[in-house]
Parts: sequence; structure tokens; C-alpha cells
Amino acid sequence: MPFQVSVFAENRPGKIERITDVLSRNKINIRAITISDSGDYGIIKLLLDRPEAGCDALKEDGIAATLKEIIAVKMEDAPGGLHTVASILSDKGINVEDAYGFMIKSHESAIFVFQVENVKHVEKLLQEAGVITVTEKELYLL
Amino acid sequence: MWNKDIEAIDRKDLEALQLKRLKKALELASGTPFYGKVFRDNKVDVSKITTLEHLKDLPFTVKNDLRLSYPDGMMAVPKSDVVRMHASSGTTGKSTVIFYSQKDIHEWADLVARSMVATGTTRDDIFQNMMGYGLFTGGLGLHYGAERLGCMVIPSSTGNTLRQIQLMEDFFTTVIHITPSYALHLAEEIHKQGVDPRDLPVKKAYLGAEPYSEATRDKIEEQWGIDAYNSYGMSEMNGPGVAFECTNKAGMHLWEDFYITEVINPETGEVLPDGEEGELVLTHINREAMPIFRYRTRDLTRIIPEPCSCGRVHRRIERIKGRTDDMFIIGGVNIFPSQIESVLMNIPEVGNNYQIVLDREENLDRIIIKVELYSKMFHGDLKDLEKLRKKIVEELRALIVVNPRIELHEPGSLPASVGKAVRVVDNRKL
Repeated sequence: MPFQVSVFAENRPGKIERITDVLSRNKINIRAITISDSGDYGIIKLLLDRPEAGCDALKEDGIAATLKEIIAVKMEDAPGGLHTVASILSDKGINVEDAYGFMIKSHESAIFVFQVENVKHVEKLLQEAGVITVTEKELYLL
Repeated sequence: MWNKDIEAIDRKDLEALQLKRLKKALELASGTPFYGKVFRDNKVDVSKITTLEHLKDLPFTVKNDLRLSYPDGMMAVPKSDVVRMHASSGTTGKSTVIFYSQKDIHEWADLVARSMVATGTTRDDIFQNMMGYGLFTGGLGLHYGAERLGCMVIPSSTGNTLRQIQLMEDFFTTVIHITPSYALHLAEEIHKQGVDPRDLPVKKAYLGAEPYSEATRDKIEEQWGIDAYNSYGMSEMNGPGVAFECTNKAGMHLWEDFYITEVINPETGEVLPDGEEGELVLTHINREAMPIFRYRTRDLTRIIPEPCSCGRVHRRIERIKGRTDDMFIIGGVNIFPSQIESVLMNIPEVGNNYQIVLDREENLDRIIIKVELYSKMFHGDLKDLEKLRKKIVEELRALIVVNPRIELHEPGSLPASVGKAVRVVDNRKL
């Protein structure tokens, strides 16, 4: 099961720089980044090529960071690509708590990453419905 | 016990000793410019003081009296007999200076050794003293006491965290003397090096120099896997070693052969019966270079009249609830920072540092409480953080009328974990 790194950050200038500084010093590559903020503070979510090492490095620097299990699905980079996945999720009554997407190869494939309550259960449902879920190895090496 | 004859003395004999020492101290003090005038102005005839009750005829001495007698208006022996001085930081005005003769230093060291023995420390212990040396009494006070007891003393003083850790590891420190905020900070730093502080040989800590709550002590004991002892002292009364917990950890034995204890109503000055809470007033009867009578400590506590099972007859005082001058009023309610700290430190998601900011908006008091998130309790969900914020508000609601605004901060981002932490910032223009 793939992981992303979630980081607690106060909403102020320099919040990203502090994280990227640690990651670049530790030669960790960021595949995707997103910020959900709630006024004074927020959570920065990072998809890293080496999430465990990245999370440890951040923690060592005194940053509140944690590994969070996610689901990543691969889909066609074409109109309706995400709609196929979203329909299945909706049919099965699955609520997506937090999500982001990115393209791997233009007009060919894209990745949709999201958090749900019961990761294993949802992954199984998706596989049964023919959706391609990406393994951690594949995802980190993209 | 370090000195059974004194620590388990009969109370009658103790009172006789107190009276004898009080009379001697009064005689010495009457020769000083400050007390000479006080005694004349209040028509106190020192020779007529024949019972401890007569102490009540003397007026209180306050901090400002010490400032006004700067530099040596309270010195009671010839200057050549003085071997040391200490001074308070003087952040709020002229510093207050305390003098000690050779005998005073000797007796003080003995008192500190007595205090340390009450917590189970022996000459076999390795004592790392992470308190400031110099004009401040904390460092040298415990240093001399530990040497008197026969411990090996590591006078590492404050700061230089990496070296502190190395000294602890290389010399197998068993007892530390440390401010509570630095103890928490140091535990974090030790963790960062991949070491669990619980695995170090340290088994005991003396906490001092800044106020802290019982919950903070619990946290320090938990993080370090040690016993942490409360103690009480102030430079006006020598420094550390005025009162100390024994291994029962149920109040601090106030060494009554050195100090006469009173608890008063801070508003009226009325002496309260044992057991009632009020301001602690102390008379130093065993310091020849500088006796001080009925000193208003500004610390709030109560005397625990019940005897302690350890066998020491010296009465205990409860942990200091707050200082009469630390207290702030918000929305018309008196609050001590220690009360807020108790609530915060009982919430596991809250980190070690916090700050209370008081403000006034449109004539209404506002209280902002900044807390750090405890890294290990962060699970990556925004909604959990919102829940935490609500939880803190809920827990504080019983204490403060005004709805507090809670700010969550990154670990390590709030100021002053080293040295004396500034916990309250009052921005209200009154």
C-alpha cells in the first residue's frame, strides 16, 4: 500500500521552504505536493520517492510529520478519465476525504491519489471493478 | 536522615531553638541601618522579645525594602566577615543583594545536603548541575550542598545541550538539577540522537528556578523515567534548600530550624491558621550576615499541619500555587498561569511549550493560548486538529470565563524552552 507524508505547518511564509530544505538535503524527490489549509495552519501532503526516509528526516528536524496510507489509481489522460473512477467510487458509496491528481504522460495516463477511511477494503472494491491501482513501488518510481 | 537530631527534633526543642536564634538575629539586625530604623520607628525593643509570638510585633519586610537598602543597608556583620554575595536579576528595578559569612555558606551547604538526603541522594551519586552559576543562587547553592554530601559534582551549568548529553552518558550522571522547561527540551534533544532518556542512568531530578505545574512534573518523570522533586527557595532566604520534598513527594518540608514560617492573607496581612492558603512569609533566623524578618515571598501556599510519615518534624508546605504578582485577571476572574498549564499538560496532543497572550479588543479582554502540537500525536488529519482545538477550549472553559482562542503551533516554534520561560504576555493597555 503506498504512503504519502503529511506535515503539520503553520500558515506563514517559509512553511514550504523548511520542508523542501530537509528533503533536498536528504536527496528525496517530490512527486506531488498539495496543501490543505484551515486558516492558521494546515497540512502539507507530499508524495515522495522515499516516503519513510523523508518522513524520518522531517521528524528528525523537529517537524510534525506522519506517514499516511493512500490509494493511487491509474487512469487514461483523456476526457472522462476521472469520471470512470469517480462513478465507481460513487456507486460503491465511498467518500473521498482528500485528493489530488497529476499527469504522468500527456494524453496517455494520469494518477489520482486519495484518502479514504478503509484503504484495504476500497482498494479491493476498485480492483474488482477493473480500476488499476498503483502499487507503492510503481508509484514511488514514477 | 542527614542530621537526625535536628530533622526529628522534638517540636518543643525546635521552638526553643527558633527563639534562641531569633533573638540572636534581632540583635545582629538592630545594628544595621535598615532594621535599626525599622525597630526604632516601630518601637521594637529587641531585649523584650521573649516568645515567638512577639515576632508578630515586627512589620513585614518586602522586596522593595531590599532594593532601597542597596547595596549593603542590611549587612549585619563587618564587611570583612562577608565571604560571598548573590544578587537577583533585577529585571524590574535595582537588584537585591544578599550577603553570607563563612558560617552562613557552611550552614547553607549543610541545609542543601540535608534536603538532598531527604530525596534519597547519597555520596555515591553523580550530580550534574545544569543551573546557572554566578549571581543567581540556584547553581552554587546545590553545588555546595552536593559537595558537602559527597556526590561527584559535574558543574555543567546551563546551555550547550550536546555537551550536557555527552557528560551524562560518559560520567553516568544519576541526579540532575535543571529547570523544568530545559528538562523537557533536553529529553527531546536526547530522542533526536536516537536515545531514549529512560535508558540513561539518571534516576532523579531537582526542578527549580521557574514555576511549573504538577502535570509538568509528571510529564518530566514520564519522559525521563525518573523521580522529579519539588523544592522551594529564593535568594532572600539563601537560595535553594528552604523547603524540599522527601521521598513521599507530598509537600515540601520547610526547614524550621532556619526559617520561621507564617502564612498571611495577602490583602490584610492577617496571619492565617495552619492549613489555610495565603502568602508565605518567612523569617531567616540563621544567617548572621543578613537576617531578614517576616519577608513577604509573594508565593501562595498553605502549611500542611499533619505529620509526615518520613519522621521529619519540620512542617511541610504545599507546592506553590502561584505568585501574588503572576496572577492575572481576565474577564474579572483571577487566574494563575499554573492553572492553565495544568490543563494543557494533561492533554497528550499538546507539546511542551505554550504561551498565554492577553489582549483587549473593544474594551473586552481576550485570551489567546498558543500551544505546540506534540509531534508523536500528529496523525495527519486536519479534522483531528480541529477536534483538538475544540477539546482545549472545552477543558479550559471550566477555568476561564472568557472564551479562549487556541492557536496550534509547530513543535519547537514557541519561545524560551531554555532558561526561564516567559509564559504570559500581557498586551493590554490598562
